[in-house]
Amino acid sequence: MRSDRSASAPLGLKIAAIGGLAFLHIPILLIFLYAFTTEEKSYQFPPPGLTLQWFAVTWNRPDVWAALTLSVKVATIATAIALVLGTLCAAAVSQTRFFGRETISLLVILPIALPGIITGIALRSAFSFADIPFSFWTIVLGHATFCIVVVYNNAVARFRRVSGSLIEASMDLGADGFQTFRHIILPNIGTALLAGGMLAFALSFDEVIVTTFTGGQQSTLPIWMLEELIRPRQRPVTNVVAMVVMLVTFLPILAAYYLTRDGDQIAGAGK
Amino acid sequence: MSALVTPATILPNRPSLTGRLSDFLWKHPHVLLAILLGPPVLWLGIIYLGSLFALLLQSFFSIDDFSGLINYEFTFATYMQLLSDANFDIIVRTVTMAAVVTIFSALIAFPIAYYAARYAKGKWKAVFYLGIMLPLWSSYLVKIYAWKLILAKEGILTWAFTKLHLLWLLDGWLSLPIIGGNSLSVSYTGTFLVFVYVWMPFMILPIQAALERVPGNLIEASSDLGGTPQQTFRHVLFPLALPGIVAGSIFTFSLTLGDYIIPQIVGSSRLFIGQAVYAQQGTAGNIPLAAAFTVVPIVIMGLYLWMAKRMGAFDAL
Amino acid sequence: MTAAVLFENVSRHFGAVKAVDAVDLEIAAGEFFAMLGPSGSGKTTCLRLMAGFEQPTGGHIEIFGETAEGVPPYRRSVNTVFQDYALFPHLSILDNVAYGLMVKGIGKEERRKAAEDALAMVKLPGYGQRRPGQLSGGQRQRVALARALVNKPKVLLLDEPLGALDLKLREQMQEELKTLQKSLGITFVFVTHDQGEALSMADRIAVFNDGKIQQLGTPEDIYKRPQTRFVADFVGSSNVLSSATCARLGVPAKAASLRPEAIAIGTSWAEQLSLPGTVTARSFLGATNRVSVDCSGEKIIVASPAAMPVPDIGAEVQLAFSRNDLHLMEEA
Ligand SMILES: Nc1ncnc2c1ncn2[C@@H]1O[C@H](COP(=O)(O)OP(=O)(O)OP(=O)(O)O)[C@@H](O)[C@H]1O
Ligand SMILES: [Mg+2]
Repeated sequence: MRSDRSASAPLGLKIAAIGGLAFLHIPILLIFLYAFTTEEKSYQFPPPGLTLQWFAVTWNRPDVWAALTLSVKVATIATAIALVLGTLCAAAVSQTRFFGRETISLLVILPIALPGIITGIALRSAFSFADIPFSFWTIVLGHATFCIVVVYNNAVARFRRVSGSLIEASMDLGADGFQTFRHIILPNIGTALLAGGMLAFALSFDEVIVTTFTGGQQSTLPIWMLEELIRPRQRPVTNVVAMVVMLVTFLPILAAYYLTRDGDQIAGAGK
Repeated sequence: MSALVTPATILPNRPSLTGRLSDFLWKHPHVLLAILLGPPVLWLGIIYLGSLFALLLQSFFSIDDFSGLINYEFTFATYMQLLSDANFDIIVRTVTMAAVVTIFSALIAFPIAYYAARYAKGKWKAVFYLGIMLPLWSSYLVKIYAWKLILAKEGILTWAFTKLHLLWLLDGWLSLPIIGGNSLSVSYTGTFLVFVYVWMPFMILPIQAALERVPGNLIEASSDLGGTPQQTFRHVLFPLALPGIVAGSIFTFSLTLGDYIIPQIVGSSRLFIGQAVYAQQGTAGNIPLAAAFTVVPIVIMGLYLWMAKRMGAFDAL
Repeated sequence: MTAAVLFENVSRHFGAVKAVDAVDLEIAAGEFFAMLGPSGSGKTTCLRLMAGFEQPTGGHIEIFGETAEGVPPYRRSVNTVFQDYALFPHLSILDNVAYGLMVKGIGKEERRKAAEDALAMVKLPGYGQRRPGQLSGGQRQRVALARALVNKPKVLLLDEPLGALDLKLREQMQEELKTLQKSLGITFVFVTHDQGEALSMADRIAVFNDGKIQQLGTPEDIYKRPQTRFVADFVGSSNVLSSATCARLGVPAKAASLRPEAIAIGTSWAEQLSLPGTVTARSFLGATNRVSVDCSGEKIIVASPAAMPVPDIGAEVQLAFSRNDLHLMEEA
């Protein structure tokens, strides 16, 4: 950036940029406000009063707890699978020069590049074709498939930095393949993997479309939300859950940002 | 020369399992590659591509009108059904919506991206980055829910219009044909707003990336040569940002094409492609038609990507 | 005595590219050996064959009498100082230097002490707690050297280790490297494309071109008696006389090299050879004057001592030189 350029932006641009950001954030702030409203029957604004009682009500709702537990379990296992598969794939693509790397990148990105409904319906008809009953594991299977890309994107960027001469230097100094992996590769890609894992978790925790098709009778938190959206039963509880979901997804994103701040940016466009 | 035993130059094989395995993999790098690539490729190839392929195959079958069972005979009948008036309407409606959403997303995203790329520095750069990333990554359903709150008749939007004494404007808008409706939450306008809100962040990052590669002095050079801000924008800034816009539009376009939840929650009862797929495979039980419907966004996106590639949009991703 | 490194007809081809092509080479133990050549001539590939990062596509390699093909780098007692240093960014300087000992399973105390000694040897005592990012280029280069030497390698490979340093630091490091090599007695194989560096440091030099060794010999051999036109061109600013000119001078009709400082202008004695020519350019270089003379189409450079008078441009002169300074070459 040149220093002699005038540092301040034209007023119109400033207003448009800040207006745009406000457009992105005001709805999110509203979610936080509505969690405290005393109004039960409608979405009235401004709220007639503020209360904390809905937090207690939500706390005592077993269906919310069941959905939350299921979501966390699914996200954890899907993330673990995606971490292993995404890292293997990134390692293969960046450590070896082989012809099919473009194809591999495309294959990894496809589950997220195609609309979720296609992935969902494809998996659903494959499951019913293969006579696999819908279960916890069919949800995990679907989630892991589209989470691979997030881990892969984060890991590939970092692998590129470690590739080549650092690995040769390690082998030159007497470390075999496993020692090189443990002492050189792992410490260097560690934070990228952690960031990728966080984002994969956030992605899985929030996923609704593929889950609709692979979930059967079980409902994850987003499925629970979706039902509330279509047929509102108890709006205040939904308000509180919405706020909690928002917070739960913010934390891994912030963490991922701080983990990868210096150097590569998190692969946000991979979502 | 000394008779001392000097250490060997070539060290012996390490007896440990990892040592031997390490030697083996070093000598056979293809085995290592196979071990690395095997699990992810098998997973994606079998589970994902396999299912996708099976789905596409089903679009060449048809449904027996009387029994409601799938007739496993190769036919184009299902595709012909796609072109029936009702179904074709759905396709046109969805593509139009995707195009309009994409254009408006670009309009809103551009100033944010431009400011973030050119003027935000140091701490503000981080603020902008997070300010874009948080809405992008935050829960899809909660974002839709937020708009349900906003667009509701008793919600904040009506309240704001009332306070500004502009309620007549809102009512006037809602009384317009096509884009109007009983209330915002059951009109195309509502659907459009939510689409833009949910997918617009995907437009910002690629534009920002493209703009960050434009040297600052290029813009100065243009104004030094007497270009008005409009001319600078038209002839310098916009062409340079175009690959970024096209890259971003891939996301907004594709995501809008395939979505079925937003129009279901905020919008009229007229269907979009995603809803049609959902309805066909679910209540109607017509998997072949549902499969044929999914081919539409795939083909449209294929064409779109092909055009984008020719415009060099992928360098901005 | 067994050679430190022995190449027998070694080739490394990458598809159609013959990076190293049928090279025979014997490096003696304790020698400071330089590999000199233009970019892409196969120097780095030769070094990587010794280190074990590449495998030969043909021929045979021995290191201290033991077959090296198929032996992974981590089982060779050969260490490398990389051109970009390749220090591990996540480890402290001390841990970088101790890395080789750590993976060999040497105890913590022992390796700390060895690493500190190695750092002292390269004149960086007390830098152990820093990170690679906090050092200057020259300091990083020394760390890379210490990290290799702490393993007491039988052969140390250095790939243009001084390439990234400024001239002054470069000259200082050249001297230090030379002293270090003599005191440790380790075989050094040193890659460079700077002929001055190779000439001043090496015991012997191999000049590479197109994956082949053009000439192998002492610095004096290489400088004074280039065997091919390529070596004459690359190593010094030697004049190359065509075979026709040589025939006119009454020596065998072969191309020959003639160093500029071996030529005198104007005076000629009976036992000397002489060539007539026209002065086309001249420039003052401090200790010498550089005079270009056109001898019937052949451009010859003369380095004339500054004390001697310089003929004007366009002047007809006689160039005189001794038969001993004219080195006949095998035309490549
Ligand atoms: N892995 C490889 N694949 C294909 N070609 C290669 C590979 N490594 C080297 N080459 C080719 O082999 C030739 C010799 O390369 P090498 O790196 O040995 O040259 P060099 O003498 O070290 O040059 P420089 O002075 O530029 O470092 C070059 O033409 C190079 O392009
Ligand atoms: Mg080289």
